[in-house]
Amino acid sequence: MASNPTPNTLPDTPTDQPRPESLAALFWAFTALALQGFGGVVAITQRELVDKKKWLTPAQFLEDWAVAQILPGPNVVNLSLMIGDRYFGVRGGMVALAGMLSFPLVIVLLLAALFAGVSDSPHVQGALRGMGAVAAGMIAATGLKLFTALKQNVLGMTVCYALVATTFIAIAFLHLPLIWVLLSLGGIGGLWAYRQLGRLEQASAEQP
Amino acid sequence: MSTILSATDWLGLLTNFMALSLLAVGGAITTVPDMHRTLVNQHQWLTDSQFNAAIAIAQAAPGPNVLFVALMGWQVGLNAASGWAAGWQVWASALLGVLVSMLGILLPSTTLTFVASRWAHQNREWRAVRAFKQGLAPVVVALLMATGWILTTAQGTSVTHWPIWLLTTLVAILVWRTQLHLLWLLGAGAVLGWFNLI
Repeated sequence: MASNPTPNTLPDTPTDQPRPESLAALFWAFTALALQGFGGVVAITQRELVDKKKWLTPAQFLEDWAVAQILPGPNVVNLSLMIGDRYFGVRGGMVALAGMLSFPLVIVLLLAALFAGVSDSPHVQGALRGMGAVAAGMIAATGLKLFTALKQNVLGMTVCYALVATTFIAIAFLHLPLIWVLLSLGGIGGLWAYRQLGRLEQASAEQP
Repeated sequence: MSTILSATDWLGLLTNFMALSLLAVGGAITTVPDMHRTLVNQHQWLTDSQFNAAIAIAQAAPGPNVLFVALMGWQVGLNAASGWAAGWQVWASALLGVLVSMLGILLPSTTLTFVASRWAHQNREWRAVRAFKQGLAPVVVALLMATGWILTTAQGTSVTHWPIWLLTTLVAILVWRTQLHLLWLLGAGAVLGWFNLI
């Protein structure tokens, strides 16, 4: 097939795979999914882009999501950048990001402005306190969900438990700065994982 | 609060968020303990309840969770302007807060994402790339749990706050184990708080 290669298109992307036809389509797709995402956008992103629009296969989505999570920064923001970049280069990344943030930002500021007028009411203070406690539970639950995913981690469960416990104590009780915790405990985890992966490679090389 | 922010303070806010941007492995929410340490404890740009309100409002609204950072900037701007005559300066200061905080939290990480995601995609089978990802995973998980802990104890650590802790624990279990819609939970929390039950 005579190819007319588009920059930033994956080499393994089938040419008949649906893709956003324009920057505007990309913008509105990300706006639509951001506006549906209460308390987290990842699940909606998967449903809209993979199940409905089929811009990505499930495997492509998983791979992108893994990279979005490794890199620092808000995960869904990273993901929208990467997907936009894939189709339209840097401009596409910016447009996807703008779609993800513009309308929700306006809504959240309106909510805050509305709240400012009534913030002295003890009822409103109480309601926010209650919502804060719920938000805390949601974030902790994300940690619990991911905890079960550690079973497949190459570090092994003992090392994982030890790292989770030490990190929790360092941040929640000792209030140590994040950078030192990431560099020291993340560094130990990375080095140990590198060693474990090396062992696995060796083992699979020895067994034909 | 009537904290008046100097240009140096605004720059401090920007660089603080820029540094956190590069540390936010696992999402912006994992840097919440560090933000609390700097913004509330160290500089007193925000009160404890303003800090928590920013997170609660952003969770209740649609869109990425990172928008709680915009609300913190908004609030820091409002606090900074409260010593001035009320009027357009207050809104200008609040919008400056939004701009500074969002630029800070997004610019470094998005720049890195552009460069690194192209590179990582090409080298995804490399041992070092996989080791980095796997080694950091338990730390990221613990950071999320620690964030929950810090938010729920922000009202105080005395035992009289046990209803708040109980609510947080119940929500954590429900979200973990069921598919219950998050809006129901936020609504229930708001009602409990409205009637001063927690």
